[in-house]
Formats: sequence, structure tokens, C-alpha cells
Amino acid sequence: MSENQITINNLSKVYENGFSALKNINLKIKKGEIFAMLGPNGAGKTTLINIICGIVTPSSGNVTIDGFDIIKNYRETRSKIGLVPQELTLEQFETVFNNVSYSRGLYGKSPNPKHVEKILKDIYLWDKKDLRLRQLSGGMKRRVLIAKALSHEPSILFLDEPTAGVDVELRKEMWNVVETLRKTGVTIILTTHYIEEAEAIADRVGVINQGEIIVVDEKTELIKKMGQKKLLIELHEEIRTMPENLSIFNLSIGHDNRSLIYTYNVKSEKTGITDLLQKIKDSGLKLKDLKTEQATLEKIFVSLVRESNEI
Amino acid sequence: MKFNFYALRAIYLHEMDRFRRTLLQSLFSPVLSTSLYFIVFGSVIGDFVQKIDGISYGSYIVPGLLMLTLLTQSISNTSFGIFFPKFNGTIYEILAAPISTFEIVLAFVGAGATKTLLVGAVIFVTSLFFTEVRVEYPILMIFLLLLVSFTFALFGFLIGVLSSNFEQMSIIPTLVITPMVFLGGSLYSLDMLPPFWQTVTYFNPVVYLINGLRFAFYGVSDFNIWISITTMILFLIICVTLVTMILKKGYNIKN
Repeated sequence: MSENQITINNLSKVYENGFSALKNINLKIKKGEIFAMLGPNGAGKTTLINIICGIVTPSSGNVTIDGFDIIKNYRETRSKIGLVPQELTLEQFETVFNNVSYSRGLYGKSPNPKHVEKILKDIYLWDKKDLRLRQLSGGMKRRVLIAKALSHEPSILFLDEPTAGVDVELRKEMWNVVETLRKTGVTIILTTHYIEEAEAIADRVGVINQGEIIVVDEKTELIKKMGQKKLLIELHEEIRTMPENLSIFNLSIGHDNRSLIYTYNVKSEKTGITDLLQKIKDSGLKLKDLKTEQATLEKIFVSLVRESNEI
Repeated sequence: MKFNFYALRAIYLHEMDRFRRTLLQSLFSPVLSTSLYFIVFGSVIGDFVQKIDGISYGSYIVPGLLMLTLLTQSISNTSFGIFFPKFNGTIYEILAAPISTFEIVLAFVGAGATKTLLVGAVIFVTSLFFTEVRVEYPILMIFLLLLVSFTFALFGFLIGVLSSNFEQMSIIPTLVITPMVFLGGSLYSLDMLPPFWQTVTYFNPVVYLINGLRFAFYGVSDFNIWISITTMILFLIICVTLVTMILKKGYNIKN
């Protein structure tokens, strides 16, 4: 899983109206990984995906896929890519089966009804194969988009907000589809607003804001490196005022008045936990239980974007 | 992959499928409206109009009306074919596919021209029920029908790419092509016009197309057939050049 499949070098995009959507992006995506791209609306996520897929022309820089340039060798690169767009853009009057078969043809693959049948069965659409798209619900249409993207057996799959507007059950189902694809070696790049989605399925996370990549790291590393942790100290007796010897720790008293909350950074060499526990003992408070709580990716994302906006 | 045959086939069949799904609008409607011309101008009024170049009026107008259908249908079929995916957003799939600009144009224009030729063939057969039609030069007729259908389908593609809404798309066929066909000798011979208007008509390129087709039908024309063929080929070259330039820039699609 270490070989780079997508390499983006100094990529920029300035639209005709002067809006700079991407600023000097450098990024490498490894083969077989699930890469989640987080960012607020208008950050440049979709523009980046659209450039790699050939829908938008870059202003400068280059992108290679398995060593092939996306412009010079567009046939090689595009045939490796499947794209699930953000919008439910579908031919409403066409049947599900024909829609998916059409996509397979566009990508230069000979008709293969058996393969189309397999995909439709895999994502629970087989019983809807003869329905026209306008007869389907939003969630079903989202599945059709995924089926279309998989119709030509791509080795890279871009999912642009794949679970936007779908119910929890379908979202979990889609995560399963992604997990199944990963097992077959497909590289998956997804953009999402649902931090829990990135947290649940991604290997690495990139945060993009105002057209710039702010950070790229392993998901677990990112949480570990940048996250703050909370230590919840449950006490046997009620506490109304903070003992004087604990004032240096910036503690807060829990809502039930039976706990203390200590926030610390896992990046620091010294967390101060040992000192704190000693001082609690000195103050005569009796410990009942200790719990730690990891900062979520969502909190990290919000703080990163906020910091980047302040610069 | 040197040539993406399957993509070309997919777009072509997709477009033809749309034609099949909307037969009432795409085939029946133009056939009906042209048949009404045959009935009113050919069968009813035609009997009161004297022969032109030795041909009855009903027969004389057949190539002109056929040309009217070919031009409007080839433009509207192809402009709609490329505009619709732009309008509903499905164009992303074509742009992201490993397909060249040439293949995209060939698929849409090929489908647009095929639809037009099908409509043209049905109208030709329909005309036989209303008037006497003979074809002096059948190979020339087929060549001209193919040339006109492909050229104007390409022109329609250009309109579809440049249009940002449905109104813009209908401006050229309604406000430019239809008047040009009606004022281009589809229903009369240029000899019937006063000298001044005859001169003005020479600047209407559609005149040469109608006369070319009329020559293939009856062997009569206001111009030499080579002038007609040259005009069509010139227009084809202009369309190919414009489409190539515009698609290279990605105009109205990629940005």
C-alpha cells in the first residue's frame, strides 16, 4: 500500500471570472488507500476531483496517475477512474440497467450484461433494473451513480460527497460497499462533510481550505498528533469549590458536581496527569473512576479551518 | 486504446434510443407538418399554379420542403442532443470518459444525421402519396442528403455547445434557418422574383442547397450543380473549423 498512484504537482486553477479555486496543490495518493478530503463549502474539493477526472482544465501544474499524465495520456488515466459526482445528475427517462450499461460503454468497455448485473446486485439495485431513474428515490439514485462509476471496473474511485442526503442505513451500506472495494484493491478518494464518515472509513485525511491543502496525515496520527484529550475524574463525594492546590491545572467541575475535567494535549511531552493525581490525593479528594476521551476528527477539522482562515 | 469505438457506439445508441422514446415528437410531428404543406400547397393550391420548368407545382416544392425538414431537424436533433446533457449535468460523464473530442462530435453528429435521414426518408415516401415525384439522379440525391444532414447536424452541435439556455438554442433554427429556407426558393423559382430580389437571394446560401436537391430530383436548377456542392462543402469546412476551435478551448463546457 505504499506505492503512489496519484501524484499532484503544483496544481492551480483560476476560473475565467478570476476566482482562484486551487493554489499550488501538492498531494500523493497511495494505491489501495481510502483518502478522505475534508473542507468547508467552496474549499476546492470538487474542483480538484474534476481536474483529475478531466472535467475541468487546470491553469497550471500537473497530475499523473500510475505515471500517466492526465492531459497527454488522458485515455490511460480516465479509463482507470470512476467518479460519483456530488449532484444527482442522471438521465431521468432512461432505465437503471441501460444507464449503467451506457457508462460502461463510454469508458471503452465492451457490453457485459453479466458484470452490470453483478454490480446492481452488489448494491441492492437489481430489482430496480427496469425502472426509469425518475421513478427512484434520492438514495436509490445515489446508488445508481455508484453503479455507473463502477461499471467499467476502475482502479480508482472518486466519491464526491457520496452520502450527502442519504439516510443512516444507506450511509452504512455505502461504507460497506467502500470497504468491499478496498479489499479488491481499489483506491478510494472521498470528499465529505460528515466527519464521522472520514473517521469510520478513511486511512488518511487531507484538509483543504480556500484552495490550499492545510494538512495531510494518517487519520489515527492526525487525531493523535493534533487532538486534545479529556481526562474525566469521577469522585466519591460532591465538590462545590475547587481546592486551592488544584487551581494551577485549569480544571473544571462536572455538571453533576462529582467529577473534575482535565484537558491536555497528547502532543506535549508532559501531560501533567501524574502531578494532578498526586495533588488530588493531597487535597483529600477520593477518586472513584478515571476516563479519557479522545478529540474527534470533527473538532480537529474545525480548529484547523479556523486557524487557516485567521492566517 | 487508439479509438474508443465503444464510447462512440454508446453515445450513438443512447441518442437513437431517445429518438425511439419520443417518436411522436421526433418523427410524427415533422412528417405531419410537412404533409400539411403537401396537401395545402401541393394538392389544393398547386392545381391553380402553372407548371415551373415543366414540373407541376406539387412536385416542384418537394425538394424544398424536404430541405426545410433536413435543415431544421438536423440542427434541432444535434443541438438538443448535446445541450440536454449540459442542462441536466450528465455531461460530466462524457467529459470524464476516455473519449476524444472527435469521437464525441462524431457520435452526436452521426446520431443527429441518422435521425434526420430517417425523418427525411419518411417524408419522401409520404410525398409520393400526394404528388408525382421522380428522381433523375438518385446517387446525387443520396450524396446531397447525407452531406446536408451531416453538415447541419454539425452546425446544430455548435449551437448546442454555445447555447446557455433553451431560448438561445431555438433562435437560429426559428429566426434564421426557417426564413432562409422559405425565402430561398423552396416554394418558387428564382425567375419568379423581381430582379432586385433575385440579386438579394443570391446571398442566401440555402438557395444553393435547395437548387442542388431539386437538380437531383428533376434535373432543373437555377444554378450549376457544382455551385451547390461547393457551397455545402464550404459550409461543412466552416462548421468543422468552428467546432474544433470551440471544443479545444472547452468553451461553455469545461469552465
